[in-house]
Amino acid sequence: MERMPAALKPRDRLAVTGVRIVNQLSRRLGRGSGTVAGGRFGLRLRPGLLGVLAKGRAVALVTGTNGKTTTTAMIREGWGGDVASNTSGSNMPEGHVAALVASSSSRVVLEVDEKWLDAVVRACAPRVVVLLNLSRDQLDRSNEVRAIAERWRSLWRTAETANVVVVANANDPLVVYASETAVHVRWCNVETTWTADAVSCPKCTQSLRFDGSDWHCACGFAKPTPSTSLEGAQLHVVDVSWTMELSLPGDFNRANAAMAMTALDELGVDLTSASERVARLSEVAGRFSRRHWRGHDLRLTLAKNPAGFAAMLATVRDLPGDLWIAINARVADGRDPSWLYDVPFSELRGRVVHCFGDRRLDLATCLDYAGVDFVLCSEDSPPPPTGPVTVLANYTAFQDWRARSTT
Amino acid sequence: MIRVATLLPELLGTYGDGGNAFAIGARARRRGYDVEMVEVGVEDPLPPADLFLLGGGEDGPQRHATELLRARGLAQAYHDGAHVLAVCAGLQILGTNFAVEGDDRFEGLALVDVTTTRGAKRSVGDLAVVVGERHLVGFENHGGVTTLGEGVVPLGRVVRGRGNDGRVDGYRAARLWATYAHGPVLAMNPWFADEILASLVGEELVALPTVADQLYAERLRAMGL
Ligand SMILES: [Zn+2]
Repeated sequence: MERMPAALKPRDRLAVTGVRIVNQLSRRLGRGSGTVAGGRFGLRLRPGLLGVLAKGRAVALVTGTNGKTTTTAMIREGWGGDVASNTSGSNMPEGHVAALVASSSSRVVLEVDEKWLDAVVRACAPRVVVLLNLSRDQLDRSNEVRAIAERWRSLWRTAETANVVVVANANDPLVVYASETAVHVRWCNVETTWTADAVSCPKCTQSLRFDGSDWHCACGFAKPTPSTSLEGAQLHVVDVSWTMELSLPGDFNRANAAMAMTALDELGVDLTSASERVARLSEVAGRFSRRHWRGHDLRLTLAKNPAGFAAMLATVRDLPGDLWIAINARVADGRDPSWLYDVPFSELRGRVVHCFGDRRLDLATCLDYAGVDFVLCSEDSPPPPTGPVTVLANYTAFQDWRARSTT
Repeated sequence: MIRVATLLPELLGTYGDGGNAFAIGARARRRGYDVEMVEVGVEDPLPPADLFLLGGGEDGPQRHATELLRARGLAQAYHDGAHVLAVCAGLQILGTNFAVEGDDRFEGLALVDVTTTRGAKRSVGDLAVVVGERHLVGFENHGGVTTLGEGVVPLGRVVRGRGNDGRVDGYRAARLWATYAHGPVLAMNPWFADEILASLVGEELVALPTVADQLYAERLRAMGL
């Protein structure tokens, strides 16, 4: 019998039992991990269930357009021991409820969908909230990233959030705009290559001036002074400084690690041992995993939007072997793949890209106009094995490749 | 030399609209024309150009872009002989007025007698329009209802999605094309890119088979057309 969180009122206890039963049932029926169904059922029974379950625990939340899952995993690893967390990837309240029912650990780290942050903060009274970055993602479902920044900005203005420490990316003007109203902010100076969604000032719409690692606007809005900074593998958190070599590839993962370490510092975790644990992390929910498929050795990577692709292209561009890119435009991806034209594909000139996925013709057209050589491929007639392959896929295409390949 | 200017991509480039410049540029170069591409930033003056491209944008940036283009004289450049392709927010900007952020009426550039009001709900999804003998395909994502003034010719008749008002999409004048279809529309509809290009160079174009033809055919199939 699983442990029931202490001091629950009878109706909350009933809801928790309900979550468990529904999850067991849906697992038995083979409908995935069941976390969404159970959580949804519990919230329907007790709308305040998330707050009840989070009460008395140390909660850290992670949100932003890119890097949520990885940064959440880093905080989980760095914290060590038993940590309640939504490892299923379900990052809305039903997933959070399921995670808190599954583990009664006093340590909680949750990945939160950007649109749900205000509701989850109000319910969970977190100690720390990590705001990674904000850029366009799935335009046909959540247009207007600025509207999200506006909501975060007003969230910190309420008395109930006065004790929250916000760990925020000082190089993302939209994140700065969304965080500067918070009472406690720890600004992180981490490399952010994507600023195309914040070229005009979030405050006054004049154009922002970027100048080296600094940026400012004529209206006075400017990059805040950071207390965490990252130079190559050298990480500084307040007055502690050390070299951090990650097993995960890419500059963007170093940026995620810097922000995770800042959150862990705020949670009172010893940074030396946490850093070692984070450095060992080599795969997150299948991302960066090595897989096999029809004689090919694959490395699976995921990017869901222009900013994610820009960061990932910089990492995979120089990897040896073939590059396969797989694009879908199903509901979870956003039905409109026009964001492909915002990806700096011209960086791939000189390479040949194998195009996969439901929307491989959109990808191929985009590559063609960008001057990149391509081959149209299908999963049914793949190219013959010649060497290592990097698969770069967007969300549902990534899931397809994970399911199709083996460890 | 064909000069293609993408206007204010920081403010009007929400839906990959930069792809329109790529598409027309590549299709011109492959046929042997010299092309110069410019991106016009918020602080830049309007350069001399043969084709100006306007994309989609969010409400605040759309107003800001309208003010900038008014001050820089886009209307004059058009009357002096430039070509213009306007998509989504760009379509609204070239009209007499449009509504953003609530029910404010904002004065457009008045290149054409067209008014945009706020619709009851946003239109998000595939858009297909019959233009002459052909289909124009794309994706729309906007909340506007656009009404054409007397004598203004729509770009085409809507067969999927909403366009201006559920019946017609965009508008058409000499050297001017406007549509709610992003996609980006010139990348997805090679014939449409070529129609504009032919008007720019003033001669018939040689055929240019590319993978975009396959994409166009596949999109038509996907929409059951
Ligand atoms: Zn400003």
